[in-house]
Amino acid sequence: MGDKPSTRPRSGTGRTRRASKRDDEVALQGPTPDPEFVQLLSPDGERVDHPDYSVDFTDEEYRGLYRDLVIVRRLDLESTALQRQGHLAIWASLEGQEAAQIGSGRALRKQDMAFPTYREHGVLWCRGVDPTAPHGLFRGADHGDWDPSEHNFNLYTLVIGAQTLHAVGYAMGIGYDGKVGTDDGEAVIAYFGDGASSQGDVHEACVFAGVYHAPVVLFCQNNQYAISEPVERQTRTPIYQRAAGYGFPGVRVDGNDVLACYAVTRHALDAARHGQGPTLVEAYTYRMGPHTTTDDPTRYRNGSEVETWKQRDPIARVRTFLEKQKIADDAFFAAVDADADRITGRLREYVIDMPDPTPEMLFEHVYAEGSPLQDAERAWFRDYQASFAGEGH
Amino acid sequence: MTVRSYREALHDALRTELRRDESVFLLGEEIGRFEGSYKITAGLLDEFGPKRVRDTPIAEEGFTGAAVGAAMLGLRPVVEIMTINFSLLALDQIVNHAAKVYGMFGGQARVPMVIRTPGGGGQQLGATHSQNVELYYAFVPGMKVVAPSDPADAKALLLAAIRDDDPVLVLENLALYNTRGEVPDHDEPAPIGTARITRTGTDITLVAYSRMAAVALQVAERLAETDGIDAEVVDLRSLRPLDRDTVVASVRKTNCAVVLEDDWLTYGIGAEVAATISDGAFDWLDAPVRRVAMAEVPLPYAKPLETAALPSADDAIAAVRQTLDAVARRR
Repeated sequence: MGDKPSTRPRSGTGRTRRASKRDDEVALQGPTPDPEFVQLLSPDGERVDHPDYSVDFTDEEYRGLYRDLVIVRRLDLESTALQRQGHLAIWASLEGQEAAQIGSGRALRKQDMAFPTYREHGVLWCRGVDPTAPHGLFRGADHGDWDPSEHNFNLYTLVIGAQTLHAVGYAMGIGYDGKVGTDDGEAVIAYFGDGASSQGDVHEACVFAGVYHAPVVLFCQNNQYAISEPVERQTRTPIYQRAAGYGFPGVRVDGNDVLACYAVTRHALDAARHGQGPTLVEAYTYRMGPHTTTDDPTRYRNGSEVETWKQRDPIARVRTFLEKQKIADDAFFAAVDADADRITGRLREYVIDMPDPTPEMLFEHVYAEGSPLQDAERAWFRDYQASFAGEGH
Repeated sequence: MTVRSYREALHDALRTELRRDESVFLLGEEIGRFEGSYKITAGLLDEFGPKRVRDTPIAEEGFTGAAVGAAMLGLRPVVEIMTINFSLLALDQIVNHAAKVYGMFGGQARVPMVIRTPGGGGQQLGATHSQNVELYYAFVPGMKVVAPSDPADAKALLLAAIRDDDPVLVLENLALYNTRGEVPDHDEPAPIGTARITRTGTDITLVAYSRMAAVALQVAERLAETDGIDAEVVDLRSLRPLDRDTVVASVRKTNCAVVLEDDWLTYGIGAEVAATISDGAFDWLDAPVRRVAMAEVPLPYAKPLETAALPSADDAIAAVRQTLDAVARRR
């Protein structure tokens, strides 16, 4: 693991790992060698200094980050269990990516806007959205149940990479409204993955972000896999280095280090809000679970790779740090676990008791002002339903 | 004859063509090591290697466009797009390039490529992942679109598509993958552009394709049992070219028709079929052509709402009864 942080994290300064094989028919190699990235907390729980990035947390704030990490992991494990027990149709696990999400999510200021994929349950937690809110989507009851403008957290986007364009457009709007250039300026963060980095939408989002100098952070969680396809099937160069081609900085950060993710994202967001344009952040992490509960990762990756990444666990290193620095004691850890029990218990009850939507919801929200066609179909459907009155429907 | 599932029949056709013709290769996301999201390509990477079965970056416009280029040079790429919903990301390459290169190059280059992609709702995949947008491609001159409804046609039409010198979109269907039926042991392709009468009858014509053609057969059997109605079922099989003659001949015999479709009613495939009947059998009609289609809403995610929005056998039976009531009033 990179004990020494990169001394020059900015765009175009990192070493390019040359593809050793030109022929794309060759069998893909195993785990990518340890990359250079910004790291402030090693897997052993040691604080690491970095020339460009630092954090200045109080003990209380350190403990808060730990609590966030533990709770979002517990919510995630509970959600997987709920799916296995038949209470959710599907679940997209964030396990392994907690630091990337909590670090970047806590780096957001209240006025900032986030555009998630369908896996950003940790960021959702940081935005103050009820952690049960996405479960209507994963149970199959609705397409998401929170107000994006109340929390500055967009609804989950299911089409790979599409939200990066929405985020850039939103950021251009902020610029248009003159809400950049001061300490309380606004910034936008767009989440996407290594698989999405191949999509045209993401390329075009980067083009527009660069050309219009949009106040946006393009935050790529490189979790090494797009379902079964390893990142080597998406790119031969580190993703963050692509930023140079678009004319803005790119930074790679240890995605399993919550402190570094916080520092790098906060720096990038503040640059954006002050009118200094976009940044591409590549959080180098690992998806410990499947892509979703519908696939079995043992079919496409080996156990030793997973073991390697277990040694880099994003939560264990924070706990070690808190213990070594005597920032937290056993009572604190027990209290966090009790909190997590309570919150996951509430999730379980909520999911199991979730009612089915009413039939007439079928015709809602097709057009803002309604339309004669949907009105007619709704009226027909009401009559049709009424015809079963007394038949137990 | 061997009983195979629709999924196996598609797999058999791919394997047959990969063995028969070196110029055939597969590309798409997750088709190799993962064997495809719906496992149509299971085992093919092991058998044919990564040169012939290519996992691509997650970029539909990219790999579809690459296939257009490969096809122009004489290869026969078979693209898998994970669902027809994702084909929207490749719309320009399909509509403006695959379908137009032959004409715009003055006949000097052909695009003998296949796009395999499943449509269909009913799997609780939500509004963006459950659409039936085959119409977009059936609308475009230069494209061919086939839509098999049973395992035998799945194999025969995929064989035909791969051997065809034009771009062919093969519409598969999520709800059909596990259905089973007898498949001939030979490797004869079915002619693209011909409908098939899957049940002969005299009282009413049911016109459908893909999943709804299978539903139409069930509807016909139920109507025979419960109402003594003898329905004829026309499985279009090909949306472009559209076999208008078979549809018209059937309606001239039965004097009325119901069209079953999984897409939205307004501007849907059924509208084209109804216009075809109006053109070719107006004087033979005893009742207006009725269409059974989806509710005009983005397909809901919740199971009960999704079921309510999709056309069902019950909906079709109600439409048949209404049509035959109208016929009776007229006679």
